[in-house]
Formats: sequence, structure tokens, C-alpha cells
Amino acid sequence: MARKSNQPEKKLLVIEDLRVSVEEKEILHHVDLEINPGETHALFGPNGSGKTTLLMAAMGFPSYHITGGRILFRGEDITYLPLDQRANLGIGLSFQRPPTIKGVKMRQMLEICGKGEKDPESMAQSLDFEEFLDRDLNDGFSGGEIKRSELLQLMAQDPDFFLLDEPESGVDLESIALIGKVIEGLLQRETITHEGKSRKELKRERRKSGLIITHTGYILDYLDADIGHVLMDGELACSGNPREILKTIKERGYDECVRCCVNR
Amino acid sequence: MGLTQEDKKALAKDAREKVATFGSDIDMDAFTPETDEHPYVEDISSFSQTEREQMLKAGVDLGAKNRSGTFVQKNLSVVHGRSSQEGMEIMDIEEARDKYNWLYDYWWKAVPVDMDKYTARAELHQEHGYFIRSLPGVKSIYPLQACLYLEEDNLAQDVHNIIIAEEGSELHIITGCATAPHVRSGLHVGISEFYVKKGAKLTFTMIHNWAGKMAVRPRSATIVEQGGLFLSNYVCMQPVGTLQMYPVTHLVGEESTARYNSILVATPGSEMDVGSRVFLKAKGARAEIISRAITTGGKITARGHIKGEVPGIKAHLECKGLILSDKGIIHAVPELEGHRMEVDLSHEAAVGKIAQEEVEYLMARGLSEEEATSTIVRGFLHVEIEGLPPELKAEMDRAVEISEKSLL
Repeated sequence: MARKSNQPEKKLLVIEDLRVSVEEKEILHHVDLEINPGETHALFGPNGSGKTTLLMAAMGFPSYHITGGRILFRGEDITYLPLDQRANLGIGLSFQRPPTIKGVKMRQMLEICGKGEKDPESMAQSLDFEEFLDRDLNDGFSGGEIKRSELLQLMAQDPDFFLLDEPESGVDLESIALIGKVIEGLLQRETITHEGKSRKELKRERRKSGLIITHTGYILDYLDADIGHVLMDGELACSGNPREILKTIKERGYDECVRCCVNR
Repeated sequence: MGLTQEDKKALAKDAREKVATFGSDIDMDAFTPETDEHPYVEDISSFSQTEREQMLKAGVDLGAKNRSGTFVQKNLSVVHGRSSQEGMEIMDIEEARDKYNWLYDYWWKAVPVDMDKYTARAELHQEHGYFIRSLPGVKSIYPLQACLYLEEDNLAQDVHNIIIAEEGSELHIITGCATAPHVRSGLHVGISEFYVKKGAKLTFTMIHNWAGKMAVRPRSATIVEQGGLFLSNYVCMQPVGTLQMYPVTHLVGEESTARYNSILVATPGSEMDVGSRVFLKAKGARAEIISRAITTGGKITARGHIKGEVPGIKAHLECKGLILSDKGIIHAVPELEGHRMEVDLSHEAAVGKIAQEEVEYLMARGLSEEEATSTIVRGFLHVEIEGLPPELKAEMDRAVEISEKSLL
């Protein structure tokens, strides 16, 4: 999609005609996606449709081979930029199944993520995670603890663009509220402000953006995503109001999305 | 009781040519057996800057206030030995032998004199070593430190050390072996016999900082009585020519415990055959052996052996190796030996390269590939040691840190 030359920095993320292969097999075919600063997008799709692949490719994991198209971040072509450089540009990802790193403490990881500028203690408090600070990273963590650990690391990293892979999966109902609230905060989507600003003002000032994979949609109860997309067989099948899409999927399944798509 | 001094001498003579079970065979005649005496140094601040620095790399801090005693042997002379806490003894083993008749009862009691040609040599050529003892019920306020320092190239140093934690006492020791910067080769044969009496606690941290052509053959054994605890930490991350040791602990008292932690790094040209073994001989005995081995091109054989001889014992062996170069070899040999039905023995061994998944995880948080790798290696080497006093933990951390820098 062509950008107007007088607004070169308007888009935060632009994905153009992206094709991605994993182990010689093409998973994503011709994906186009644009995300503006301050926007949060929800990504739906059945298992195996390529949702995680899209996030991993956007983050730059080397085993996700980009075979066509390009990715722009704030107008800069990052298609072949290494992982760490993308992280330092302001892209952060929460892992579904992060590895355990023995001997590296949660506290140390938060110092790494926050470049030593954030206080692990106070951050951990907000996620009720203080008692994990001196544990080895992800060692023996439950599903819900992994989610909290990942969000805590992102909190320290403070990226401008969040790639969240099913932040609510494997989390008990009580913790979903906590996680939802933290994500809302990270994406600057709180609806209550202490500075007496209107919602409109808040929205205008919002800088943080996100792309969130959600199966259940529970997370949408805690933050209003601006746009929803459905990924089917490696292609974005449709985009629109995330709540409507979720409602359709819940009532009629992904087949209806396909049909809707075909008839488009 | 048992063998007389003459018997031991005779056994040693017979074992002079006895090749050791493990490690390459060393031609001990290639090393100089004698050298000039060094005078006793009363004031430890008068050691040279170089000596202090080399010793510090091996964890022996001559300037530290938080030490309850210091012993230094340079080449074949004991140049310092003094305790600053009542009830803690640290001295030349020869001095202890003159002072205490009973010391012979401990001499070659834990380590067999005729184990191999190295123990035989120590009996026949021994020059000093240290004696450290905590009197009954006395707890060390600060750790005691001992350094065996080699200043002359190609010298043979044969020492015999005896360490006794008397009943109910608590003794913390850090020992470092170091060479002067110009030393390339040499032979170190060190006999260490540890006795942990009833209810006593002994922690022993040893840091080796040898030279690239050194041949090192320590021979150590420990006897732990009822309710006693022996904790041994060993760090060798600097180049060494050939190092072989397989210390053993005999848990002879009920509810006694032994824990060994070893951190080994083999640089190109280094050959290490290092293990720990624990024989659990009384009910309620517990043992844990943990080792971390990294090769950047050298060869490491990481052994471990736990033997449960009676019911109601529990022991675990953990051996992990990281290969950072295709020229390096890590050979893990964990052995479990149960002699009764009611023994609980387990082991965990893993050898491989750094997991790419872990590197990428850290890179996704903004670390470069090199930073991510070094963070993982540092984590790998970080072993949590229960019951280690903070001063000793600090020395271990420092030794690991110094070596990490040269490693990566």
C-alpha cells in the first residue's frame, strides 16, 4: 500500500506482501497489515493458521525465513534486521513457551530488559511476582506464572510495539483480571486517569501499539482493541471490529469467516 | 593401632611405581625436587604486589580483614601461618607434628598411602603442607585461608595437609593454589585429609590458578562422623597442563552429609579428569555432587560416583557440560552404586552446546548475541551453594568472574 510522502512517519508498522517459511514450508502467504501508533490490533485464527509465525517473523526470529515482501517499522525497513536490533528499536514480544535459563535470576532478567534503569522490586509488585525475583528464569513456572514473567519483562523493556501471543492462555480466571489490567496499562489504554484528561485526550496521547493473538477473546474484556483480523491458512482473511469478529467466530466458527471472506 | 610409621614408609616404597587409575602418567623425575628455602614472613603486608595479585586470583586475600587466619607456603617453605581466632589453629604441618603426638593417628588414615605413585611420593618426599583445626564447639568467625604458591619453574611441590573440625565446631576454609606469572610448568602433589567430627561443619573452598604446563595430582579424602557436614567447592577455570583428582568422602556417621560442587573450565591444551565420590555408610546419610564443566578446547572427564552401602540413605549426582568449541571434549561419567534395597540414588547428566532458543530469548530482550551467550554461560556456572559463608561466596564469585572474562 502506498504511503503519502508528506506523512512518512504515520504508520508504526507496515507489513507488505509478507511470505514466511519455517523449515522449508511456507506458512504465511502474502500478508498485508498496517498498525498506527497508539493502535492495538487483535489477531484471531484457528490453530495452525500462522498467527504465531506472523509474530515471530515480525520480531525477527531467524528460523522464520522471510521469503518475500517486507516489514517497515516507523518507516525503516527491518525485514532482515536481527532480533536484538528490532528489540532495541522498540519491539517487544511475549513468548508462549519461553525457555528456562538456569542460573539467570528473574531479577537479573528484569535488569537486562530495563537496561538497569528500572526497579525490579516495584515492577514485580504490580504483578504480584516478588517472590519469583530470586528464582531461575522460568524454572518450574506454571502457565500463569510464565505469563506474568513475560509481561514483567515487557514492562521492564518498555517497547513501543507489543507482540503478545495469547497472553491469557493457561491463566486461571482470577489472574486474567490482573493480566488484563497490566496489559491495559502497558498499552496505555486505561480509561481512568488521575490527571483529569478526557478519553479523547488520552487516546490522542497514546503512543503504545500492540498486536495480540487471542483464542478466547477474554483479554478483550480488559482492553478495547481497535481492529481485529482473522488469519486463515496463512492469509489475512478479514479485518474489522474485533468484538464483532469474535462474536461471529464464537457463534458460527471460523468457517463463517471464510465464507464472509469469499463473498467479500 | 594400625600401621606404624615404618609400615607406611614401606608401603609407600612399594607403591613408588604404581600408576594411578585415572589421568595420564606423569614422569615425576622431570621436575626439580629441591630449591632454596624462603624465610618466614611475619607481616603479611610485606608480600610483593605480584604475589598478592596471583594469590587473590585463587581466592586468598592477604589484605582482607575478614579472615580468621592465614597460611602461605611458597615453593617448599612455609612462609606464614597464623590464626587470629582463639580455638582456630592454622600452621605448618611439621610444626603440628612436633606439637601433637596424636597427629600420626590421622596421617594416611583417610587416604591410603599406597594408593598410587603420587601418594607414595608424598610420603617419601613431602615438604610441609598445612594443618588446620577448629577446637570442639568453636565456630569460626571468619574463614581461614591457605595458599600453596609456586614461584619457581619446573619445581615439584609435595605437600600433606590435615584438616580437623572437632566435635560441634564450625570451620570455613578457603585454599588457593597459584603460580607466579613466569611459571610455566611444575608438579603439585597435594594430600589432603579431612576429619569432620560429630556434629561439626566444615566448608572447604578450593580455587586453582595454575599454569599451562602444570601437572597437578591432589589426593583427598574426608571422614564425616555423626551429624557432621562436609561441603567442598572446587573451582578451576584457568589453564592447567594435566589435572587429575577424585576426592572421596566416607559418610560413616548417621545423619552425616557431604556436598561437592565443582566448576571446571578447560582451555585449549588443558586436560582435566576431575570427579567427586561419596560412600554413604550410615543411616540417614545424605550426599550431593554437582559439577559444571565448560570446554573452550580442552578435554574434561567429569566423574561422579555415589555408593549407598546401607538402607535409608539418599544421594544425587548432577553433571552438566557445555561445549563451546568443536576442539573440546567433555566426557561425563556418572556412577550410581546401590548395595541395599532401601537406597535412593539419582543422577542427571547433560552435555551439549548452548541452546539457540535461550540465546534468541535474550536477544528478543535486546541483548546482542555475544551478550546473550555470556549471560547464559554465567548462569550455567552459577551454582547455588547452601551453607557457604558470604566471604567465601564472594571469593568464588570473583574467581568465576575473572575467568569468565577471558573465557568469552
